[in-house]
Amino acid sequence: MAAAEDLTLLEKLLGLRRGNKYSAQGERQIPVLQTNNGPSLTGSATIVAHLVKQANKEHLLGNTAEEKALVQQWLEYKVTQIDGHSNKDDIRSILKDLNSYLEDKVYFAGNNFTVADVLLYYGLHRFIVDLTFQEKEKYINMSRWFSHIQHYPGIRQHLSSVVFIKNRLYTNTH
Amino acid sequence: MRLFVSDGAPGNLPVLAAACRAGARDKLLISTVGPEECVVPFLTRPKLPALKLDSGHYLFSSSAICRYFFLLSGWEQDDLTNQWLEWETTELQPVLSVALYNLVVRGKKGEDVLSPVRKALIHIDHSLSRRSCPFLAGDSESLADIVLWGALYPLLQDPTYLPDELAALQTWFRTLSVQEPCQQAAESVLKKQGALALRVYLQKQPQPSVPLERPVSNEPEEDELSAHTLSEEEIAMAVTAWEQGLDALPPVRPRQDPVLPVAGERNVFITSALPYVNNVPHLGNIIGCVLSADVFARYSRLRQWNTLYLSGTDEYGTATETKAMDEGLTPQQICDKYHAIHASIYRWFNISFDFFGRTTTPLQTTITQDIFQRLLSRGFLLKDTVEQLRCERCSRFLADRFVEGICPFCGYEEARGDQCDKCGKLINAIELKKPQCKICRESPVVKSSQHLFLDLPKLENRLEEWLSRTLAGSDWTPNARFITRSWLRDGLKPRCITRDLKWGTPVPLEGFQDKVFYVWFDATIGYMSITANYTDQWERWWKNPEQVELYQFMAKDNVPFHSVVFPCSALGAEDNYTLVSHLIATEYLNYEDGKFSKSRGVGVFGDMAQNTGIPSDIWRFYLLYVRPENQDSSFSWSDLMLKNNSELLNNLGNFVNRAGMFVCKFFGGCVPKMTLTPDDQRLLAHVTLELRLYHQLLEKVRIRDALRCFLTISRHGNQYIQVNEPWKRIKGNEADRLRAGTVTGVAVNMAALLSIMIQPYMPTVSTTIQTQLQLPPAACAVLPTDFPCLLPAGHQIGIVSPLFQKLENDQIESLRKRFGGGQLEDSLELKAKVSKAEDPTELANPEQIKLLTDAVTKQGNVVRELKAQKADKAQVAAEVAKLLELKQQLALAEGKPPEPSKGKKKK
Repeated sequence: MAAAEDLTLLEKLLGLRRGNKYSAQGERQIPVLQTNNGPSLTGSATIVAHLVKQANKEHLLGNTAEEKALVQQWLEYKVTQIDGHSNKDDIRSILKDLNSYLEDKVYFAGNNFTVADVLLYYGLHRFIVDLTFQEKEKYINMSRWFSHIQHYPGIRQHLSSVVFIKNRLYTNTH
Repeated sequence: MRLFVSDGAPGNLPVLAAACRAGARDKLLISTVGPEECVVPFLTRPKLPALKLDSGHYLFSSSAICRYFFLLSGWEQDDLTNQWLEWETTELQPVLSVALYNLVVRGKKGEDVLSPVRKALIHIDHSLSRRSCPFLAGDSESLADIVLWGALYPLLQDPTYLPDELAALQTWFRTLSVQEPCQQAAESVLKKQGALALRVYLQKQPQPSVPLERPVSNEPEEDELSAHTLSEEEIAMAVTAWEQGLDALPPVRPRQDPVLPVAGERNVFITSALPYVNNVPHLGNIIGCVLSADVFARYSRLRQWNTLYLSGTDEYGTATETKAMDEGLTPQQICDKYHAIHASIYRWFNISFDFFGRTTTPLQTTITQDIFQRLLSRGFLLKDTVEQLRCERCSRFLADRFVEGICPFCGYEEARGDQCDKCGKLINAIELKKPQCKICRESPVVKSSQHLFLDLPKLENRLEEWLSRTLAGSDWTPNARFITRSWLRDGLKPRCITRDLKWGTPVPLEGFQDKVFYVWFDATIGYMSITANYTDQWERWWKNPEQVELYQFMAKDNVPFHSVVFPCSALGAEDNYTLVSHLIATEYLNYEDGKFSKSRGVGVFGDMAQNTGIPSDIWRFYLLYVRPENQDSSFSWSDLMLKNNSELLNNLGNFVNRAGMFVCKFFGGCVPKMTLTPDDQRLLAHVTLELRLYHQLLEKVRIRDALRCFLTISRHGNQYIQVNEPWKRIKGNEADRLRAGTVTGVAVNMAALLSIMIQPYMPTVSTTIQTQLQLPPAACAVLPTDFPCLLPAGHQIGIVSPLFQKLENDQIESLRKRFGGGQLEDSLELKAKVSKAEDPTELANPEQIKLLTDAVTKQGNVVRELKAQKADKAQVAAEVAKLLELKQQLALAEGKPPEPSKGKKKK
């Protein structure tokens, strides 16, 4: 239940006190959050937005209409493209696209750190730990972003720190 | 900002509607690009529509684009909208794209399109009706409505795919479709061509794969086990019911002979589709009608409803004539032969017909001709001429399959009258070049022949009126409703009810003496004539719609004859006929991964099931476990083995056996005194809950789902014994021994309840348990709605022995090989090799094979027993050698190479 683990990590990061309980629904193990007041919420992106609001850190959902839409788009991307995928070729093509996207960007929603960065970091971690140095260098923009995010205070928690090498080793690949 | 679209991309709909609705339309610059253009620079695969913002950022998700437009207009994000949008991308899109692809690219219709999305549509409908709010996330239409509407519009604009029973969804969809922004978007994207406007775009897309859905199975879902919390009242009620004991049971109604409707009672009349006589039924036929109907009939009797269950063989028609010719018999002889085969198969499967009749009886003629005369005198029949081939030498019109000739399309010389085997094209028999009569090789001539047609268009209004009265609140299965609706939607046409044949019910009309009724006209009348052969008071069932509730069971291909054609005949004949109240149709059962095929020898047929050594109750259980209730399902040997070993042997059998054994071993066969603790009371309430669910499901004829309930009860039971450990407590102090008694007593009572609940599914096992427990006859015949103490303290039980046998891998593998399926090609090749061999061991006859099979089973048991007793190694080895020898003989007799003994040695 990778999706629910990511939510627990997010809760800690946001400093929410009581750990929520998640149940899983159906084949894809979609997380369901039982809220105290009102009906339960289904789906990781939905729960992410809910938790951020609960922690009064709404700036993490984006400040402008544009940022808000981008944050939601990348949360959707994580849920549909990354979670539950483990096929090597799929992952490679995802990393290639993300690397290309991050070429001229610091964060996923542009110039501000948002919850999209957090969740993509959690979602990608299990793939990035397995990359070779050569691959990390191949996806150099993505690696720069990843290395940056994992050093944000409170994000990494128990996840292993991934080592990136600043100097290029494989210059001939470029 | 610039919006990139491609003609016919489904995402255009919500995006354009949202732009309009949120007032962003004027700010958009729209560029139309090709479907494969990569507009978003960082994405490898094309993604359209896409929105390029002035900042240079791209939005490539349709719902993010819609969201952006709404955000621009000042809308605030909320949880409910987020949830709907996420559901749309993760749940709806995967299934919807399959449905649209099937509809638009593959040109499919009906269930192929509807069934992938049905669950999703029901989800929306339920959410709307539960919130009793016209929109998805608030009182007015908003982002969530636009996004879902846009996604669904291409499909739902065709009312065929918007089922009537989803009333809330229908209202929601219609309300949105007439809104200005939606109308505009619909027009500009679909251009009045309906879903076909998406074709060019969708053809360029990769074929969507069906989202991973577990194959139909009956495993309990995780959520369901997360226990329902019991209220104090539920527990108190369960305890009261328990204490009432046997006195609470309703009296058993004596079974009448014949069964006739009784005023003031629930009169349940059950029929199963009449199997066609010319073939041996396979497992799919059996689960589709007779077995499903049998479960319901048995259940209905357990409820003390006045129940009549009938069926019979359908015997008239060309297929019988052909078969008769093939086997060199008369049609009557063929019918006699196969009727007996059918009857014996159903007897083996323990089908509890009150009567199993046939359609070739004088009463069939009387009743069919009566209905015909009534239709004729009321002006519901038409005459028309049809051109047909006639063989002068045989002096008969030739049915399509009796003509051969040269294919008019490809020139193949042995094309059949209905289809060419070479090019596969459908042929109209009179178009064949050089046609020949298949029987005498004479060339037939084209003659016109007069036929009678049932004027369905004239009866359409009556049918609609009857259907609208009947369908509401009834238990018709969704596929039956769907098929009926699509027939009506396409408009009814007159249907020919006569044929130029000999083997059938004669047409009693001047000029039609040498014709008979076409089978589909008279086969459904067979239900009446079979009833009439059962009792001369048959009209009390068939002309009594006020008192009789008619349940008809069939596979989905039979639906139109029961829901449209026959009701039209009956309504037109105006004789107050009883018409179907609940039409229960199944989907298809496949064999392993393919179809059952008699000609290719693939699959298990009714008569062969008896020779597998697997008891009929196990067959019944497994077939009902995989009953194709909502979608096609498959018979699989390994799954059969798994379900037998896990659900029957380890779960149900284990529980019932342990409960009985404890009574015998620890309490001398006498049910001990029970003092219920709060834990026991909660258990009773849980059992009651499952029992009630069982009733609810079976009342709706959801046979497969109801089966799960008794498995859950026995799981509860196993857990109960495991936690309370009566075998340890019996050796403890006074209090412990008392506790052991209570646990044993409650457990054996659960076993008694289970024996009644499984009766519709496994009648033989049910009787075995009831004999072992000495359950009083009054209790055996009634299934209560609550759980009373059926075996009070002091009740003496009988001798307890195991109920089920383990199925072994080797046994199942050899059965799988014997019945083809996946390994069909292999086995054919092997057979060919064996028969070509220089010194072929003559293939043995079936009796010999059976003898050998029995010998192998017997010897297998000997070996198993020795092993279990840890007997001397040399002795075991000697017996194993005998077993291998026997297996080799069997393999040779069956024409298969002997099994390599490798697998055995590994153990």
